[in-house]
Amino acid sequence: METLTNRAKPVDRRPMNFWEKIYLPAVIKGLGITFRHLFKKKATYNFPEQKRPFSPVFRGLHILNRDEEGRERCTACGLCAVACPAEAITMEAAERKPGEEHLYREEKYAARYEINMLRCIFCGFCEEACPKDAIYLTETFAPANYQRKGFIYGKEDLLIPFPPIENQSATEKL
Amino acid sequence: MFLEISAFLVIEKLILVAAILGISLFIAMYSTYAERKLAAFIQDRRGPNRAGIFGILQPLADGGKLFFKEEIIPEYANKFLFILGPALFMITACMTSAVVPWGSTLHIAGRDISLQVADVNIGILYVFGVVSLGVYGIMIGGWASNNKYSLLGTIRAASQIISYELAMGLSLIALLMITGSLSLKDIVEQQSHGVWYIVYQPIGFLIFLVCAFAECNRTPFDLAECDSELVMGFHTEYSSMKLGFYLFAEYINMFISSAVMVTLYFGGYNFPGMHSLHVSPNMLTILGVIAFFIKIFIFLFFFIWVRWTVPRFRYDQLMKLGWKMLIPLAILNLLITGALMLYPHH
Repeated sequence: METLTNRAKPVDRRPMNFWEKIYLPAVIKGLGITFRHLFKKKATYNFPEQKRPFSPVFRGLHILNRDEEGRERCTACGLCAVACPAEAITMEAAERKPGEEHLYREEKYAARYEINMLRCIFCGFCEEACPKDAIYLTETFAPANYQRKGFIYGKEDLLIPFPPIENQSATEKL
Repeated sequence: MFLEISAFLVIEKLILVAAILGISLFIAMYSTYAERKLAAFIQDRRGPNRAGIFGILQPLADGGKLFFKEEIIPEYANKFLFILGPALFMITACMTSAVVPWGSTLHIAGRDISLQVADVNIGILYVFGVVSLGVYGIMIGGWASNNKYSLLGTIRAASQIISYELAMGLSLIALLMITGSLSLKDIVEQQSHGVWYIVYQPIGFLIFLVCAFAECNRTPFDLAECDSELVMGFHTEYSSMKLGFYLFAEYINMFISSAVMVTLYFGGYNFPGMHSLHVSPNMLTILGVIAFFIKIFIFLFFFIWVRWTVPRFRYDQLMKLGWKMLIPLAILNLLITGALMLYPHH
């Protein structure tokens, strides 16, 4: 049979010989290996002080985008909620009133938009489903919280601020 | 002279007992820290580093946590025995330190103060006796829990300690044939001018070391608590400080068995070149104590190092190693030692 990779090793089922039976050579070899590991570079990041760099395609917390004039892009079409396999997204639509044109880009907008971060599996399907480029996944993750309700992110948590603070992108701010 | 018990003697011994108890508790406390830190380093992690600088206060935090945990006594457990178990284990762990000579004598205010609580002429037998009592702590605790995993752990602990004590005793007899004394003080004094007994008894030391691991219930012989099979073994049902006592006593056992091994095979408080040093006798004693503790720390490091290297033995392998390899080897060692001792006379 052809192997998938050339890394497969046949299992050695021969009975142990004398040197293997007295265990000590193997134990000493093992001690040598662990002793070398004492001085190796540690793989851990000291988290709050030190942050692990994420790749640009990392799927973290969501943001709701605005257009160039600072109007909300989301029209509450509900495609993200439909696409969401974890059913983490709920929203309520509302109609834009006259005089609110500077707030919402189109006639319909999301009056309430909630993502339950405990349900979310960060698959990014909402991002793909959105026809208005309104929802994006960022490079940060949800911080710890003491209560479940702290993980239900509303519009005030998700919407990026306007105007953006000192050219800082929303990803870095979060 | 023999029956003269002065008030000074009582005070002096009380101070010594308190000091030794305090030191062994302190070292056991920081062994847990060393254990966690070394385990982390061996696994390329950082280990506890939040409580204090480098996590130095971690043992205190652990102890505090254990004190504040809920104390649970299972409903169908035998309440008296359930409490007696950890208490007995802790007491026997602390008792062994009484005969270990921590240093030679100090001269303070015209008195010779021996840094050994009791120079019993059967010192090593006392150590063995008390260590054997320790298994009762495990057995009573495990039995009183009324839990099948505890019971299995208990049975394992008992049979393991009995089997390994045999090989340990046999390896020790070979050493005692050379020393001709059971007093730990004498054994140390004999090593102060000559060579350490590790040179005469390398195989005996190896057997003793392996058995010490088994007696302390340390990996690779921690079959008694074997987390992957028996939940937590004999202390499955224990919580709060009673669990703390079991865990803590294990570290005290480790410390004491290191001390005994150093005393028997590595010259105790003697160190190379101590007779060519020109310092006052008191200074020499203090240096000796420091040397003794350095040797103990090396052993403690070794205990931890082995734990994070060697995986646990299977139960049948453990018994096979004990009965079919260590005991015959110990008897062979005994015969060779005896033959070599008789040879020069003929």
